[in-house]
Amino acid sequence: MVGRAVSTARDEILDRIRAALAGDGPARPPVPRGYRTADDPGTDALALLEDRLVDYRATVRRCAGTGLAGAIGAALAATRALAVPPGLPAEWLSAYHGEILRDDRDAPLTLAALDAAGVSVLTGCAVAIAMTGTIILDGGPGQGRRALTLVPDHHVCVVRADQVSVTVPAALARLADRSRPITLISGPSATSDIELNRIEGVHGPRRLDVILFG
Amino acid sequence: MTGSGHIISTQAFPVAARKELGDTQLRANLRSATHTIRDKRLRVVSEVDDWEELRLAGAAIKDDVLARLPDLLVQFETVATAAGAVVHWARDAAEACAVVADLVRGTGADEVVKVKSMATQEIGLNDALARAGIAAIETDLAELIVQLADDTPSHILVPAIHYNRTQIRDIFIRRMGGADLSGLTDEPAALAEAARRHLRAKFLAARVGISGANFAVAETGTLVVVESEGNGRMCLTLPETLISVVGIEKLVPTFADLEVFLQLLPRSSTGERMNPYTSMWTGVTAGDGPRQVHIVLVDNGRTSSLADKVGRQALRCIRCSACLNVCPVYERVGGHAYGSVYPGPIGAILSPQLTGQDAGANRTLPFASTLCGACYDACPVRINIPDVLVHLRQSGPKPAAERAGMRAMSWVMRDRRRYAAALRAARRGAAPLRLATRRRGAVRHLPWPLSAWTSSRDAPLPPRQTFREWWAAR
Repeated sequence: MVGRAVSTARDEILDRIRAALAGDGPARPPVPRGYRTADDPGTDALALLEDRLVDYRATVRRCAGTGLAGAIGAALAATRALAVPPGLPAEWLSAYHGEILRDDRDAPLTLAALDAAGVSVLTGCAVAIAMTGTIILDGGPGQGRRALTLVPDHHVCVVRADQVSVTVPAALARLADRSRPITLISGPSATSDIELNRIEGVHGPRRLDVILFG
Repeated sequence: MTGSGHIISTQAFPVAARKELGDTQLRANLRSATHTIRDKRLRVVSEVDDWEELRLAGAAIKDDVLARLPDLLVQFETVATAAGAVVHWARDAAEACAVVADLVRGTGADEVVKVKSMATQEIGLNDALARAGIAAIETDLAELIVQLADDTPSHILVPAIHYNRTQIRDIFIRRMGGADLSGLTDEPAALAEAARRHLRAKFLAARVGISGANFAVAETGTLVVVESEGNGRMCLTLPETLISVVGIEKLVPTFADLEVFLQLLPRSSTGERMNPYTSMWTGVTAGDGPRQVHIVLVDNGRTSSLADKVGRQALRCIRCSACLNVCPVYERVGGHAYGSVYPGPIGAILSPQLTGQDAGANRTLPFASTLCGACYDACPVRINIPDVLVHLRQSGPKPAAERAGMRAMSWVMRDRRRYAAALRAARRGAAPLRLATRRRGAVRHLPWPLSAWTSSRDAPLPPRQTFREWWAAR
């Protein structure tokens, strides 16, 4: 019965729209795309990304060459247990000596395990946007399912230099699979609900460490 | 057919505004908050050198959506269904609420967690769910404050803008059950921490989440929710069932079009370069997030607005609330005076269009403006709000006395001799008044029915000499 009522609603709404657009309905306007889409090669994307992340009170560590594992280890100094997604490069963990909680499609970690005190999560990312200080996760290898980077109170994210775009259009165009869940993260969880002042730390991870590599 | 729900003002705007203006604490809170966000917005908009190009693109993309709305809706439905979502349609608020209540009942849950959503506020979903025995828990900090205070939101983006930190602490101590909050301070960080603890268990145990959507992508069937706190991610990710209530105008044609709106929206609304969290999902994804995904497409008066060729531009609105923060009227009266979940300049054109101007006191809303135009300048999708306000004033229902007066004026002013004679008569009639008002040249209080005019402004007296008289005599 619900099905019949719903399909009636569908037809009636579509009919109403067609009637509203009949006669003096708007013509399809050309969309002027005069805004910036490409990255300016003169911009130091890594420096800009660092500046924007710090502005949002994320902690940023820069490293290169063989320094990655050490930078990850330093970010995890206070971590009791570390949640890791499938597909994370094993060498990223060589300087971390605490407990490791591996999330797996067949044996996913429980929410209670992720919510426990002292749990951090370590991931990579798909793309980053320098101009807005944004990291994009698309669930690809080394990023994991969404709950993994949401429930723990501390997120450590590794961004490779070649993953950084300057502008929003250039970054979105690099997302390969748009059918997977996509999360854009710009700094730690925050609210502006009390007197319109930004406060970091509500429901998402209250600490965000970004490691810029390369 | 017109819309219904929490978009019908029950009190004429001037009456409601007078009451709100009497609350000096409210005016102080509003002034401080709107000025803070106004300045932040200006700072981050000024660092984008292609801002005007983005506004032009945003407006054109939304106009394109309206021109092709039936095709894009069907495309969205087809693609989202193929991705595992179930698409429902609702003609008005009552039908949308019934669809959602049925879906929740079908899961056996008697509690749902909610992401802040204007569409669900518009249709009055929380009340409808309560009548069906289902408790809806608002998880956005400001919505939680308003819900705990048994109040209604007063701003699109920051619904608790009318409370300051001390008032919020008092609400938490009085109404947030369970924890011992006697030592709670009014530090914003402490208040946010209290909200985190209060909601954590609810998120982890929730079986049903309810959201709106900022954008719906026709090309890919993707829904987008833009937020700050992470409560949205919790509601969109952890429950088994997700129900999203989406106005039919929320579409964008392609995924790439998000590149425009993800720049326009955060800078216009919270004055940030990017909001902390944006979630995008397409149907059901195995092993990640809800296993049942429902999308309820809602008309509720949008097709009435679409039929009005001047007014339909209001359907471009992306609910950023920049127009509220720059409006001299909103800044003084706050959101409650508008009697609708859509306050401020956008509410003054959207509410009467969705419901029809005859609904409640909604015909008074287009007059809640000085027509200063600050809202048009701030609007990221270039809605010419002053134009639509004037259009609605002209097309709206008028009192019989005003219609008769305007007809008489029109007759007098159509003929030069009649007009000159009327001016002479007015000058003679005004002579004693000129003495009484001395040099001010204006009357402060006229007798009824003209008192309706002088209740909020002076009535100028006719000049001693008209331009034509001066010209003839020189």
